[in-house]
Amino acid sequence: MENKSKTAAFKAADVLLILMMILPVAAGIVLKVLFSPATEGIEIKGALVYFSVKAPLQDLVITDAQINSWLVLISITGLCLYLTHGIRAGVKTKRQYAAEWAVEKVEGLINENMGGFFKGFAPFIAAMLALSAFSSLMSLAGLFPPTSDLNVVAGWAILTFILMTYYRMKCGIVTYFKSFGDPAPAMTPLNIISELATPLSMSFRHYGNILSGSVISVLVTAGLTGLSKAIFGSMADTFPLLRVGLPAVLSIYFDVFSGLLQAYIFAMLTMLYTAGAFPADAYFSKHPDKKPETQAEA
Amino acid sequence: MELAIGIIMGCCALGAGIAMIAGIGPGIGEGNAVAKACEAIGRQPESSGKVTTTMLMGCAVAETTGLYALVIAILLIFVAPGRFVNIMIDALGK
Repeated sequence: MENKSKTAAFKAADVLLILMMILPVAAGIVLKVLFSPATEGIEIKGALVYFSVKAPLQDLVITDAQINSWLVLISITGLCLYLTHGIRAGVKTKRQYAAEWAVEKVEGLINENMGGFFKGFAPFIAAMLALSAFSSLMSLAGLFPPTSDLNVVAGWAILTFILMTYYRMKCGIVTYFKSFGDPAPAMTPLNIISELATPLSMSFRHYGNILSGSVISVLVTAGLTGLSKAIFGSMADTFPLLRVGLPAVLSIYFDVFSGLLQAYIFAMLTMLYTAGAFPADAYFSKHPDKKPETQAEA
Repeated sequence: MELAIGIIMGCCALGAGIAMIAGIGPGIGEGNAVAKACEAIGRQPESSGKVTTTMLMGCAVAETTGLYALVIAILLIFVAPGRFVNIMIDALGK
């Protein structure tokens, strides 16, 4: 059994997959450079509109938030294919360890928070984690992070809401409507409001964190530019000296730490809400055969 | 007309500033959470990993009210002035 990783075809495929990871980011930068209007100085602005499609109710605008999230999707697909390329039992490689580590971490998270019934959720949660984390990290490449556009994050939150509603309806539609009158029928309006507020708060949390980070970074950078102009005079026009350093430190917190934390929190809340909406006791007393061996205590 | 536009801009800026008073709440809440987490780690250093994860989670959820205020403030600064000025110009018919 010869080692497959030595052949030229394997290496060529590897190079292709690495290109698949890197090229989307490069394409995003090229697109941004080609389409961004020239601006004076630093400013805070939303997603750049590339083009709009005519639609009956309202024009469908394609902004760089959408384009960048598609690019992130391609990039993550490349990463996953690269990590699992040539994966075999018995032969241990570094990338295989990385892939196994990621899969085991996510499965552990699922088992801890959702219980055995939701075992199939691991790929979905992993996809959500990776998409959110890499979208927020796009700002490291100087691109518009898709997560600082409310529309993108609201889409994910609506997906979570649909999942919640689906699992709440598992015991039939009557139980679904009855669950709103719990614990007392007078609580129904409050329960409906809190149900509707879930996707709203999830999307606002993620979007607000990323956006506030970029707004604060831009404000600090603009302030430092003004300060260095005041101190060093005309020399600061070509090289604003005080802008060196502090924005980079802020970027580590706001772009890297905050982005990864929000990805984790979004995935965590998706798991908790979905598992919490599922009426486990009623469902398992109706279908005892579907009860998994280890159901987590809710 | 200029005065009216000035009043709209000024009031939007004031409103954004007042909305961010909501930042006090999450500040106090997160401070409490971190203080208790420090106490818990001091008492049981071996559980620091789990305590940190739970604390970060709780902090993020406590932050939500502050972020609502932030969204309102951003809308007031970047979106509302244009809207209100357009509405006023339409109403005056100019």
